Amino acid sequence: MALKLAQRPKLGFLDAFAGPHGVDGYLEQIDPLLVRGECRAAVSRVERLTPESVTLALRPNRAWRGFRAGQFVRVAVEIDGVRHERCYSPASAEGRRELEITVKRHPQGLVSNFLVDRARPGMVLGLSAAEGDFRLPERRPDSVLLIGAGSGLTPLTAILRTLLGAGYERPVALLHYAPDPERAIYRGELARLAAAHPNFKLLRSYTRAPGLGEVDGHFSPTHLPQADPCFTEAETFACGPPALLDAVRGTWANGLEHRLHVESFVPPTFVPAGEAGEGAIRFAESGVEVENSGGSLLEQAEAAGLNPAYGCRMGICHSCTCRKAAGTHKNLITGEVSSAPGEEIQLCVSAALGDISIEL
Amino acid sequence: MTTATLPSTAAPPAPASTADSLPLTPEQLERFGEELDAVRQRVLADRGQRDVDYIRAVIRAQRGLEAAGRGLLWAGVFPPAWLAGTAALSLSKILDNMEIGHNVMHGQYEWTNDPQLSGKRFEWDTACPADQWRHSHNYMHHTHTNIVGKDRDIGYGILRMSEDQPWHPYYLGNPLWATLLALFFEYGVALHDLEVERQVKGEIDRSEKRDMRRGILRKVRRQALKDYVFFPALSGPFFVFPLAGNATANLVRNVWAFTIIFCGHFPEGTHEFSEEETENETRGQWYFRQLLGSANLSGGPLFHILAGNLSFQIEHHLFPDLPANRYAEISVEVREICERYGLPYNSGPLHRQFGSVVRKICRLALPERGGALVGRAIRALV
Repeated sequence: MALKLAQRPKLGFLDAFAGPHGVDGYLEQIDPLLVRGECRAAVSRVERLTPESVTLALRPNRAWRGFRAGQFVRVAVEIDGVRHERCYSPASAEGRRELEITVKRHPQGLVSNFLVDRARPGMVLGLSAAEGDFRLPERRPDSVLLIGAGSGLTPLTAILRTLLGAGYERPVALLHYAPDPERAIYRGELARLAAAHPNFKLLRSYTRAPGLGEVDGHFSPTHLPQADPCFTEAETFACGPPALLDAVRGTWANGLEHRLHVESFVPPTFVPAGEAGEGAIRFAESGVEVENSGGSLLEQAEAAGLNPAYGCRMGICHSCTCRKAAGTHKNLITGEVSSAPGEEIQLCVSAALGDISIEL
Repeated sequence: MTTATLPSTAAPPAPASTADSLPLTPEQLERFGEELDAVRQRVLADRGQRDVDYIRAVIRAQRGLEAAGRGLLWAGVFPPAWLAGTAALSLSKILDNMEIGHNVMHGQYEWTNDPQLSGKRFEWDTACPADQWRHSHNYMHHTHTNIVGKDRDIGYGILRMSEDQPWHPYYLGNPLWATLLALFFEYGVALHDLEVERQVKGEIDRSEKRDMRRGILRKVRRQALKDYVFFPALSGPFFVFPLAGNATANLVRNVWAFTIIFCGHFPEGTHEFSEEETENETRGQWYFRQLLGSANLSGGPLFHILAGNLSFQIEHHLFPDLPANRYAEISVEVREICERYGLPYNSGPLHRQFGSVVRKICRLALPERGGALVGRAIRALV
């Protein structure tokens, strides 16, 4: 999905006066949140509820179009002058003016460490439009089962808050896996919701502190009847690390797949996904996918029949610059390797290491 | 490249140098390239907050100057407001085109991933559409710098700026054409890629350039409406004051940009090259051509900002996509490297470099033989 961050609004009456920079070019000098063509949000509240996470309340500007519970947004953070994008699922209920995201620290995560350590009220972040099919259907299901671990709790919390906040009275259950109570995000909030809503059943498992939760150990099908005796009938949403999702998928394998929605939360990769000449290159906007031959991305795009803009073909003129949506690329001149999503890269001097997706 | 045409500092024209006169051996040239690559690598690794803060501060200043200029010119019926407004708007347009537009569109700040600083998305306050300029400038001019027949910045298709361009009686008007180009520089830049002179000669078909022509017309119309209709209209019966102020600001910017840009490649001592001698260039040779084809302007920090740091034309041509705010500091190293290899580093104050450009424009108005005759006649008189 192409992310149009700087989509200019249609040239209106005022823009004719404002000239090439548009009204936004002047408004943002007064307040970065006044722009109309780019979605941004100010951090309005910072809470550190667990030692390894931070919860941010975000106040988006008027370019924000809302989200459906369960979806994610790409949040752009500027660190030492460079803008980095990461996906976070808001944990707040749909339809609220403020968004809430919770960021867990990854040991080598540049953005997560920055936010956990340095986020403060007033900081301005970039936001994309909400994306993703993992979301609460508009027609509310007869019963809902949520299964989550780690930061995978965030979209589930959004679903839970949306349902309960709108007076949903059908059964809802949450199976929550965490190492110990200390590190369980939204622990207090979930307990409060469970106390206030008799139709919400909360089952916690602390994998490194057995006996403290309602169930014990990693996910097991034996936990399911305790959460919801008719779990096969429930619309089920699971979010968390790949191991949890594999176990859940295994359980829902026999004709129940249509009831199961999963979203995988994987920390960004810090090692190349493959070598030069491995994987697939996806030119997202053209809908073309080719096998990676190891050559420059420009040559491979042309070999695939596309007509990307180009000039010098030696890394000088930046005519062929495109956004990389995801994947690892190597700069053929500097040898630099980068896996950061949302980077502007020069196709003529970049090669893919493993799978890559280019907005071309 | 095997030869470099020597500068013709005096008539008669200097003979083209041969491979023997090349100051560096291929091995030296390779090491020269490696040393420059190392400078580039060091700056690339060091880019960060201060570069972003710098360009954003310039953008902020430009937007502020523009708002102030438009506001003052609205009340331009009062002479002090007219003068201050025209000055502010001239500065705004100069900053917008030179230090912001030119540099951002080179992709110098693309590493920030900030859509506001993306070279491909930037549009500027001048008649030339940004996308066309990126092609003619970033690619054609920077890749083929000073290659006669490929780099259209040599004379913009209307001037004779090199002995390698064959003389024609049309070029008797060289000084006049240059003056007109300076006054209407933004349109000269806008029409740059249309290659009108090749259309006239029938070398290319008019229809090939249709989309380009439409793009230019659209941009020119939008710019003209803004500066010559909308903003003057806001002043009602006093419309003529903002109209004159806006026209003056465009003119000031045109003359300034022309002056700086012509000082970048045409003072005496800069070289032009032929297509044959630049075939299969190595990276070291490419750097060598960029160095020989460019000239710097010396001056204070404010001068460099208003020149869009094109006063560091040599550094800009060696490293067109390094943030321009770094050119001043790396110029010390580049100069030192050039000295060590015994290569010329052409730098001088604006009046000297521009004087030399003016002399070249006038000298090349005449054919070489004639120029030589005139030269001899003058020498005989003195």
